Amino acid sequence: MDKIPNNRAWWLVLPVFLLVAFSALIPLMTVVNYSVQDIFGPGQAYFVGTEWFKEVLTDERLQDSLLRQFLFSSAVLLIQIPLGIGVALMMPKSGIKGSLCLILVAIPLLIPWNVVGTIWQIFARGDIGLFGWGINQLGVDYNYTGSTVDAWLTVLLMDVWHWTPLVALLCYSGLRAIPEAFYQAAEIDRASKWAVFRYIQLPRLKSVLIIAVLLRFMDSFMIYTEPFVLTGGGPGSSTTFLSQTLTTMAIGQFDLGRAAAFSLIYFLIVLLISWLFFTAITHADKEQ
Amino acid sequence: MAEIHLKSLAHSYSKSPSGPEDYAIRQLDHVWHKGGAYALLGPSGCGKSTMLNIISGLVQPSEGEVLFDGIRVNALSPRDRNIAQVFQFPVIYDSMTVYQNLAFPLKNNKVPAARIKERVQEIAEVLEIEDKLHKKAKNLTADEKQKVSMGRGLVREDVSAILFDEPLTVIDPQLKWKLRRKLKQIHEQFDITMVYVTHDQLEASTFADKIAVMYDGQIVQFGTPTELFEQPNHTFVGYFIGSPGMNLIDVERCEAGVRFGSAEVVLEPWQIEYLNRLSSTNVKIGIRPEFIEIGLEPKVNSYEVEVLDMEDLGTYKIIDLGLGDETLKARVDEDFDARIGSRVHLTMPPQWTMLYVDEFLIQEQS
Repeated sequence: MDKIPNNRAWWLVLPVFLLVAFSALIPLMTVVNYSVQDIFGPGQAYFVGTEWFKEVLTDERLQDSLLRQFLFSSAVLLIQIPLGIGVALMMPKSGIKGSLCLILVAIPLLIPWNVVGTIWQIFARGDIGLFGWGINQLGVDYNYTGSTVDAWLTVLLMDVWHWTPLVALLCYSGLRAIPEAFYQAAEIDRASKWAVFRYIQLPRLKSVLIIAVLLRFMDSFMIYTEPFVLTGGGPGSSTTFLSQTLTTMAIGQFDLGRAAAFSLIYFLIVLLISWLFFTAITHADKEQ
Repeated sequence: MAEIHLKSLAHSYSKSPSGPEDYAIRQLDHVWHKGGAYALLGPSGCGKSTMLNIISGLVQPSEGEVLFDGIRVNALSPRDRNIAQVFQFPVIYDSMTVYQNLAFPLKNNKVPAARIKERVQEIAEVLEIEDKLHKKAKNLTADEKQKVSMGRGLVREDVSAILFDEPLTVIDPQLKWKLRRKLKQIHEQFDITMVYVTHDQLEASTFADKIAVMYDGQIVQFGTPTELFEQPNHTFVGYFIGSPGMNLIDVERCEAGVRFGSAEVVLEPWQIEYLNRLSSTNVKIGIRPEFIEIGLEPKVNSYEVEVLDMEDLGTYKIIDLGLGDETLKARVDEDFDARIGSRVHLTMPPQWTMLYVDEFLIQEQS
């Protein structure tokens, strides 16, 4: 069939373009606009070029919180991905037990972010929280409001509790999609459990794992509500992550130019790393 | 290598089978002898694959025992039965190369690395995929995948048996023939018990020394290709083996033997005697198209028949002959010629005329 070139067809793209413009492009351009100006008040704006960007990149407070952010996201991925796979592997394959497990595992995902923060804030308290009190009873000195290490562990634990189910559910669906014939063949070939995992299950989980890694990276890299509610960023600034630093800057200090430059850098980092993950994983596939 | 004995085996996929129709395999006893090359032949849905999966241990039989060399293995997993099986649809590990695929069962069995290399090379040569060894298995064509899948079944040397579940389905006919020869060679070389499931009689007879014909959950005959052809034990075997299948005619008893329409078929005295002892009204006679004799002149015990149709198959012809209400097929030489509508004379040699009561052959007691 011959295609008839007709440039008027571009008009059909217009509704989508408008929608995307309003939802993403225009807000983004406003931020770009702020990032190159110093605004004192209405009508008092001065063009400052890349000034804000230079300042932001050399700001020590921001560098620290960026480092913390990377540490946090790496820890999240290192814990949640293997744990999620493990949980998925242990879940019953079908039947009433399978359904029950699915519901139980999915519950944390249904809880609103700041409720999660509140739950853990109380749960981990040494005086009235079951978790904190229990740990203290074991003779371990645990106090997430006072100790940096404890605060970090608590934030991590909370995130693991909240988001590992997502990884587990994704992996579970991936595992269910593997045809029974592969397990039969492996059984005939006398493959060990590990060999079945390594050569049959893991390769076939690849596509869901790409999604899981990307989602968990982006989400953890932009984490705000839960640590804000749980620790408020403390003790000191030990659990102050990027988005909290940004919020303080933009809304607390009303430092719009700097915050705008910072947001753009933040956005580019997320974009860049997601792209790196994606190409790394999909490229490994194409070799050979 | 092992002798595989299926003892009063039956299998039903339903939890509480209420009648024989609920059984995928009806109770049967069967022995696959050590080192034999066997085919399990039957139409789709007759229970062939179920039986294979029961032997390998992928399916637990609901009744009866599976014995390997006299030892009960019902409770053992396929892993512990040490059995190789090739599936109808190729299963390949697509994250591995062809080499790794073939080496996988050996690696799992802790075979020394040097031996793995030798063995993989050997099997790859047999299957003619040595040039593909380092390709990713996922990039192979369908028939290459099938070969790899088959190779994994053949690569282990110490297996009790190798089971093939229609392994050549997706392979084109030319290669099919070649691979079948290869399997046969491998069998002769290594002397492993092999059971080959197929619904293709040609495939069964080129591969196997003995063929088990399965029908409706039962093994209705177990014999050499010649036996199946000359002495079908069951009307189904007559119908299923041969192309075209056996002529089967419903008949009634009469004094000289049996008759259908106006035609009487004279039977041997022992056949009549046997028949008289049975009360069933389900009586059939069967004769293969190859054994029907046709002449232009009447003979003793010949019937006048009308030529209804003639089909030229190149090296021979199949003609349809009308005798009363029945239509019989006969195979004749290429140079035989008769007008459609003309009348010829048909003889059924007694030694090739089989008598079936309740679908089973009446055999002379020796």
